Amino acid sequence: MALDQSFVGRAYPPTAPYEVGREKIREFAEAVGDTNPAYTDPEAAKALGHSDVIAPPTFVFAITFKAAGQVVQDPQLGLDYSRVVHGDQKFAYKRPVRAGDRLSVTSTIEAVRSMAGNDILDIRGDVHDESGEHVVTAWTKLVARAAEEA
Amino acid sequence: MAAKISYADVEVGTELPAQSFPVTRDTLVRYAGASGDFNPIHWNEKFATEVGLPNVIAHGMFTMAEAIRVVTDWVGDPAAVVEYGVRFTKPVIVPNDDKGALIEVGAKVAALLDGNRVRVDLTATSDGQKVLGMSRAVVQLA
Repeated sequence: MALDQSFVGRAYPPTAPYEVGREKIREFAEAVGDTNPAYTDPEAAKALGHSDVIAPPTFVFAITFKAAGQVVQDPQLGLDYSRVVHGDQKFAYKRPVRAGDRLSVTSTIEAVRSMAGNDILDIRGDVHDESGEHVVTAWTKLVARAAEEA
Repeated sequence: MAAKISYADVEVGTELPAQSFPVTRDTLVRYAGASGDFNPIHWNEKFATEVGLPNVIAHGMFTMAEAIRVVTDWVGDPAAVVEYGVRFTKPVIVPNDDKGALIEVGAKVAALLDGNRVRVDLTATSDGQKVLGMSRAVVQLA
């Protein structure tokens, strides 16, 4: 069943702050095999002009995707999450995410479409730090594949 | 910001050093833990095939994280990446053997932008298939 178009533009309340830890950044960098010292060595990060270690560019997805859970699990929207695949992902950074950040995400539904039986959902996640400064915006396109004919 | 590449030193067509990134089941389990994405299609072959996939597949976000390393390794400061977007066109299929899969990434400067920024277009393939489409980053150079 096609998703309800009236959800376009709906914004969800900001999430409780996620505190970015140095060790979590290290764990993520190791998981992607990235040895850039800016992720693990505060002195190396400072040499690049950062106040502490910074996170790899895609790190913030874990936070914005969790926040997008408010949308995908919204019972009123009725998305079949078992059929969802990740279509597109984009980030625009105001500054890098760094250790010590306390980040909140406001998720907004930017578009709802149906194409060939697939439901397509565009979610924007605006990420702010504790002082209210905008850090990064993430755009996530989710595609719920059409159910197969029985 | 401390990009080690200068805007004056690049032109449209400048190629970044290409890299290949191996992926095994072990890699995916580590990424699942670090990212919090425990979708069983990324570690459970029985589940993956039941939902119609040929095998366990890599997280799209893992492939996206690997691809941008071609840019961050080149420019030095990862914070120089000010925009980054991809389309997930094909999954990276990761068999349960010693070899796993290989993600091959190339990149080149596609446009010179204002403010010492450039657009870098990336290509990512695995097993001869293009796995990312419309893969682009905007990078702040020195």
